[in-house]
Amino acid sequence: MSYSDVLSIFSGALTTLLLSLAGIALGLPIGLGMALIRWGRVPAVTRFVAVYVSLLRASPLVTLLLLLFYGLPDLGIEIGPISAGVLALTMNTSAFYCEIWRSALVAFPREQLEAARAVGMRRSMCFRRIVLPQIARTSLPALVNEMSQLIKVTPVLAIVGVVDITRAAVRIGADTYQPLPPFCVALAIYIPIIFALVSVQRWIERRQARLEASA
Amino acid sequence: MIHDFGIVWLHVDLLVSGLANTVILSVSAALSALLIGALVSTVLVRRAHVAGHIVRCLIDVARCTPFLLFAYLIYYGLPSLGVRFDNWGAGMVALIVYHSAYMAEILGAAWLALPRDTIEAGHAFGYSGLRLFRRIVMPPLALNAAPIIGNQIIQIVKDSAFLTIIALPELTNAASAIQSQYFVPFAAFITAMLLYWALCLVVEAGVSVLGRMADARR
Repeated sequence: MSYSDVLSIFSGALTTLLLSLAGIALGLPIGLGMALIRWGRVPAVTRFVAVYVSLLRASPLVTLLLLLFYGLPDLGIEIGPISAGVLALTMNTSAFYCEIWRSALVAFPREQLEAARAVGMRRSMCFRRIVLPQIARTSLPALVNEMSQLIKVTPVLAIVGVVDITRAAVRIGADTYQPLPPFCVALAIYIPIIFALVSVQRWIERRQARLEASA
Repeated sequence: MIHDFGIVWLHVDLLVSGLANTVILSVSAALSALLIGALVSTVLVRRAHVAGHIVRCLIDVARCTPFLLFAYLIYYGLPSLGVRFDNWGAGMVALIVYHSAYMAEILGAAWLALPRDTIEAGHAFGYSGLRLFRRIVMPPLALNAAPIIGNQIIQIVKDSAFLTIIALPELTNAASAIQSQYFVPFAAFITAMLLYWALCLVVEAGVSVLGRMADARR
């Protein structure tokens, strides 16, 4: 395995990272939106969102990705590997984010909403100033956990032809007839990234536990 | 579109055998991982011991490893070290080793959360060994850990789908086979996703039944 091979795995890592960031950036607000629909019991849509989230949480990312990559062109919607990958990641992760946001919303104390209403806050202002800052804090560890879960499933994107870490490693392994070194390099990239996220999550949890104990 | 589902229905035997393989893989991997995880967790809970630290590090590494990359490593990487598996062997080993780490972590945490006084009371009443474990330790442990173990089993079902890349004939692989032969991607993969959903609902129902049984015994 040559120097340029290692470099190509690192450029794959950049793709992986960018796609994960796109999935997180799109999934967080979509998940929040779906959670709000369920929390506010918007008629008709609530049931649909509940079924959608349950189905997506249960289905493997590979199956979803293959469905989108082969199924959408069949319905007349052209889609490339990168956009299919981002769409699949977003759909998958937003379902998990929805459940995280929703559990924070369900646990949110009703009295605060009533108090906000009593002092004349509009619903949107109440959400921005009262609800969102608090649920963002309580669901932060779970959200970070879901981010590391998302990065852990990104190697799947390689099967539709996205040149990410995994595909770069597989290609080098096939070229050199020595698959072990490139896979080790790929793991050496993945493990620190995910470990960093896990450490951040543990740090937040510890900090929150300490704040709770002192309060 | 209805026609497409008709084509999938004609090849339902392929999907059923894929589903059966997914179930076989998941159940045997879950049972083995639980067993190995339970054994490993007995080392894990000994915090002060060196072995506990080593196991802790290994589990952290496993938890930071993407499953697909791990499966690739075992199927394509290990043969160059002289360890050779067929696709079933590699898939099985990958699922079991990977999820044993998670199970050990779950069981270790549940064990540490167990109140010490009940166990001491059990000792005082003359329980010991296997009987102590079966009557005193096991029920609250299973009750506390059941939902998380259920989640982990769902994760195993979902991870088994990744094994389609090493040509293991499980559910996603069966759907791919139907789609590549008849070009009915939408119908084939939607059917597969619905079947995965059904599997997960079964696991969730099982966990809630177990929880109610344990509750009734309290």
